[in-house]
Amino acid sequence: MLKVDRIELGIVLDHIRAGNGLRIFEELDLGRRESPVALLMSVPSTKLGKKDIIKISGALDLDLTKLALLDPGITVNYIEGGEVVRKVRPELPQRVEGLIRCKNPRCITAVEPSAPAIFELVERGRKRYRCYYCGESVTV
Amino acid sequence: MDRERLGPARKGKRDFVDSLDFSPEDYQRLFSLADSIRENPARMAKACSGSLMATLFYEPSTRTRLSFEAAMRRLGGEVITVADPATSSVAKGESLADTIRTVGGYADLIVLRHPKEGAARLAALYSPVPLINGGDGAREHPTQTLTDLYTILTCKGRLEDLTVALCGDLRYGRTVHSLIKALTRYPDIRFLLVSPEELRLPDSVKEEVLLLRPGVSLQESEQLEECLPEADVLYMTRIQKERFFNEEDYLRLRDAYVLTPEKLQAAKPDLIVMHPLPRVTEISPAMDADPRAVYFQQARLGMYARMALIADLLGVA
Ligand SMILES: [Zn+2]
Repeated sequence: MLKVDRIELGIVLDHIRAGNGLRIFEELDLGRRESPVALLMSVPSTKLGKKDIIKISGALDLDLTKLALLDPGITVNYIEGGEVVRKVRPELPQRVEGLIRCKNPRCITAVEPSAPAIFELVERGRKRYRCYYCGESVTV
Repeated sequence: MDRERLGPARKGKRDFVDSLDFSPEDYQRLFSLADSIRENPARMAKACSGSLMATLFYEPSTRTRLSFEAAMRRLGGEVITVADPATSSVAKGESLADTIRTVGGYADLIVLRHPKEGAARLAALYSPVPLINGGDGAREHPTQTLTDLYTILTCKGRLEDLTVALCGDLRYGRTVHSLIKALTRYPDIRFLLVSPEELRLPDSVKEEVLLLRPGVSLQESEQLEECLPEADVLYMTRIQKERFFNEEDYLRLRDAYVLTPEKLQAAKPDLIVMHPLPRVTEISPAMDADPRAVYFQQARLGMYARMALIADLLGVA
């Protein structure tokens, strides 16, 4: 198996559904970071069979609010001093810009592609969002 | 969305996009102002002099446009208008966002009517000046709600403890949805929902109403006569032919929900009959002489309510 160094300080995104890692890498814009980032794909996993992992060194201040929408199964491990200090499952963000498109054909966003798609969480339990413009509901 | 990213807006700019954007206190402020304008129109006749309002109508609605323009002119303001977007830059493919930013550079206030749902929300994001939603698709028409509430308050003297019957197309009628939601915020309102099975109030609206006020009374019926004796307010709407699959259903249902002086015999003497206009057949012309018919007064009150709104948003009230 490939070896990637342990990180001293940073974030490890574990249990990413296999094949989903690249999209998450891109959505979080990790290619622009100065400190090392590792994207591991198709890593054997007892839980998932195969999984992707992303190791991001150097910072703890990443905006991870999109993660729950991209892949709700992810575990976020915060690493300090080489140890996992906190493990969290990402929570659905209150407000999402750009990731969801409105499916209502009568919605202004259907004819105005420059409009920033904005959705607001209305029901956490049922994962229901509402289009900021037309009010149409979507379940993510 | 950061407003700053989209361009400069006047500090503290307020818009009127959704009927629930304004609190009952905001509405009360507008009603008091509208009352004082009605009592003494001269006092506000120059309030907006030097101000310019743009009306952008992406779908025709002569009535709404006239009401806004009359309101602005009675405040001493000026109006520029695009009544036919088919011949304007819109037809050349300009985005709504760009049109709004451009027009917002000319005018002090924009009134937008647009066939797409949420168009006014989008426009308000980009507009550097206050924006009023003059109707966006099937979604909202908040100045109609403002008009309706002001009419009820003026004619009944209160906005609480009322039995409000709504009759006709409750499924697609956006004015009905907005009015029900706005009224729900006042105490002791009971709703009688009179419509054919096919045109009942959508569950999504019922859910919203129940979220605003759990336990609010929403009583459904298919018989107008059955509801009339209890009602303090009767709000009639048009049943549109295109909602039906066949002509017979349409004709049968349309006639069942026509208001006539005979049907009104069982109603309270101080009932008021409202209608957003234009009416087609749902209110018999014989009703017009009945003092309970307030729909033309409602249209006039709508102009005063819009005057109050314009003055308020321009900060000259
Ligand atoms: Zn939408």
